[in-house]
Amino acid sequence: MFSSLMLNTWIAASIVAVIAGVTGFFAVLRGQSFAAHAIPNGAFAGAAGAGLLGLNVIWGLAVFALAGALGIGALGRRTRQDVVTALVLVLMLGLGALFLSLSTEYAEVTYSLLFGEVFGVSSTVLVPIAVLGAVGIAAIAVLYRPLLLASALPEVADARGVSTRRMELCFLIVMALATSMTVPVVGALLMFALMIGPAAAARSFTRRPGYAIALAVGIALVTVWAGIAASYRTNWPLGFYVGVIAAGFFLLGQGWSAARRRAAAPRPAPPS
Amino acid sequence: MGGFLHDIVAPGLLSSAPVRTAVLVGTVVAVTSGVVGVLTVIRSQSFAGHSLSDVATTGGAGAFLIGVSQFWGFLIAGIAGAALMELIGVQRRRGRDVATGVVLGAALGAAALFLYLGTLTSSTTGASFTILFGSMFVISPDTVPALVASGVLALVVVAVLSRVLLLTALSPELAAARGVRVRAVGVAYLVALAVAVSLSSVAIGAVLSTALLIGPAATALRVTKRPGLAMAAAALIGTVATWLGILLAYDSYYWTSGGRGWPVSFFVVALIIVGYLLSYARRPRRGRTGRDRAARAARARENQEVPECSPA
Amino acid sequence: MAVQAGQELLRLEGIGVRLGGREILRDVSFTVQPGEFTGLIGPNGAGKTTLLKVILGLQAPTSGRVLLNGRARQRRGGRLIGYVPQKLAIDPDMPLRARDVVALGIDGQRLGLPLPSAARRELVDEALRATGAEAYADARVGELSGGEQQRVMIAHAIISQPRLLLLDEPLANLDLRSEQGIVAVLARLAREQQIAVLISAHDMNPLMRETSTVVYVAAGRAAAGRTDDVIRTEVLSALYGSQVEVLHVHGRVLVVAGEEAGPGQRPLEAGLAAADGRS
Repeated sequence: MFSSLMLNTWIAASIVAVIAGVTGFFAVLRGQSFAAHAIPNGAFAGAAGAGLLGLNVIWGLAVFALAGALGIGALGRRTRQDVVTALVLVLMLGLGALFLSLSTEYAEVTYSLLFGEVFGVSSTVLVPIAVLGAVGIAAIAVLYRPLLLASALPEVADARGVSTRRMELCFLIVMALATSMTVPVVGALLMFALMIGPAAAARSFTRRPGYAIALAVGIALVTVWAGIAASYRTNWPLGFYVGVIAAGFFLLGQGWSAARRRAAAPRPAPPS
Repeated sequence: MGGFLHDIVAPGLLSSAPVRTAVLVGTVVAVTSGVVGVLTVIRSQSFAGHSLSDVATTGGAGAFLIGVSQFWGFLIAGIAGAALMELIGVQRRRGRDVATGVVLGAALGAAALFLYLGTLTSSTTGASFTILFGSMFVISPDTVPALVASGVLALVVVAVLSRVLLLTALSPELAAARGVRVRAVGVAYLVALAVAVSLSSVAIGAVLSTALLIGPAATALRVTKRPGLAMAAAALIGTVATWLGILLAYDSYYWTSGGRGWPVSFFVVALIIVGYLLSYARRPRRGRTGRDRAARAARARENQEVPECSPA
Repeated sequence: MAVQAGQELLRLEGIGVRLGGREILRDVSFTVQPGEFTGLIGPNGAGKTTLLKVILGLQAPTSGRVLLNGRARQRRGGRLIGYVPQKLAIDPDMPLRARDVVALGIDGQRLGLPLPSAARRELVDEALRATGAEAYADARVGELSGGEQQRVMIAHAIISQPRLLLLDEPLANLDLRSEQGIVAVLARLAREQQIAVLISAHDMNPLMRETSTVVYVAAGRAAAGRTDDVIRTEVLSALYGSQVEVLHVHGRVLVVAGEEAGPGQRPLEAGLAAADGRS
């Protein structure tokens, strides 16, 4: 399991988990978990399209994910965001279906793009993943304060001079770039589970934002590592394990929250 | 262009049995999805619709694994998913989105597993593709009665419950106060939704079924605010998109010399999105209609009004 | 930021706002002095929130101008004004403690990561003490009651030492005791830290003891001045454009609709002139 062949897999999956944890924290904070579903699907269409045109998969991934993100950002302003996101998501998938059907080896490619294919991570893909992951994390670090303000306290953010609209766009773009790299590894449909599950679980266990991000990353790492080990042993797809383990952590968090609320002692009355 | 007209006029198109089946099933699917979709959008449950379609993927993959017709897999998984979602609860919007999404993640993981195991045991290739992206032209005739019947059933349920559903969408507390069993009605609606999603999954694939559910409904609601009218409009838009999609897909076999057609689902989705974008083109001008003027006048009067008795 | 002695902090001149073809505000003018406690009173929908947005720079007025410290308002934000919104959309699970929210008030608009330091922690503790919120500093902000959240948001707003604090209907959903608590906190801040407070409300009574000045907004126009000069029958009648009565009942003030408007209603300026004895 730890041979040099698998080394790329471990590294790639770890990078994916870190990105997922960080962007997932903000996605859950902003109530944009549905967008976290739609944007990786854009990446799927891009990969398929790039494969069709014979281009490097990376370009297709990034371009389409970005287009999806900007589409959600632009159209979402004028109408209901949930409807727009759903339509963008479906449009991307439809295009992906088209591209795949026009190419020749669609069965396996479909499967791996949607559900992941960790065991085929080549060194050429690893470097762009690492670079774009680093860029994504750096972007979040730079935007951290205004993004946190705009996400948690949008009413106040605008008054303080932080444009919530600009933060929204920035965040969607970062999410697009970060996740587009991770789609070939974990798959478009399961990237969402890795982003949302650990982040949703983390916020149940801690009240401090910094700790919540760290915990989200930690849970995501455990999820992929356990998934890789199990997938290696049983030959079952990694996406299966990721989906189930992420859900498991989420339910644990929900249980913890419920127990905490029941055990909460009444606080003393505040001085007036 | 000549080839195109040839398709419509010549008996070639409709004399093909798969095409006839596709048109029949496609119409049932479009009408059911359109009507149920309007309610879904009004109740702001688009995400629920999408989650159900992904849960349906699991069902379809499972059905493939055990060798049963995919529609039953879609349907059973959809209903189970609907019941589960109703149980998880409809409290805070945000919490619900996350819970639904995570459940969806686990379901898709299971779908991945079933598809993998299925390809190990069966010899049919491209099963992933048809489950995910539809099998409009390869619907087996013995499933047609079941498809039509469940569509009609879902439509009847919605028709009977439509007023109650709109009331609960507006205010669950008000509905409960009026004696409506909000929970039961919610479940009934979700089951109708599961049926619509399953039908849609058969036609254009589990992963794309949201398009037929949300697209025509969203377009119709941009054009009119009256629910009844919107449902009719959504059904119409969906049907037109489906028919055109079938036509174009059939025709696309002749577009390239390779004889490879484009998938029906792509055309249907693309047409629905075009329709949605077109709805942005017509924007009523301010102040033109009598209704706008009356509304403005009422608002102006409101501002001048002194409250009956208000503390300063 | 120091304010020159004798210079008014905020001045609105002839502010008009037109939205969607409708005139929301017309010719609104008033000033706020440093350390002043002013009530922005008016019925719901009168335009109070719009007025606050104009002051914050979030809504461009169609006419008139806003002067802060004698200078025209440039862009949004700035450290001069602190803002407390009406209601927060925060869910109970949100991983943010009260003290994290307050810490965001220090430099939440700047890029980069916050570096924890003893100085920051001390600032946050001080702000929480000033608003009486230190007891729940480490609780999740989404699990606090309405009144508790208000105190936290006030702490968030004052931590960067603004000279003017704007509050949008802070008392709207509070019980009586919480109401009194918030008003007391604000009054203390105005007195001790010389922060001017502009607080919007549709019910003036909880503020009666503390406000020295009032801006009363109705029918898109405003009357501003000392409380006793503005809350009078003739002034408010001119403002509403129909007869209203100002009643003082058991120490509380009520504005009630009077008889239907007749001819010869005095215009607003004359109403004000009558109020302070000029003719």
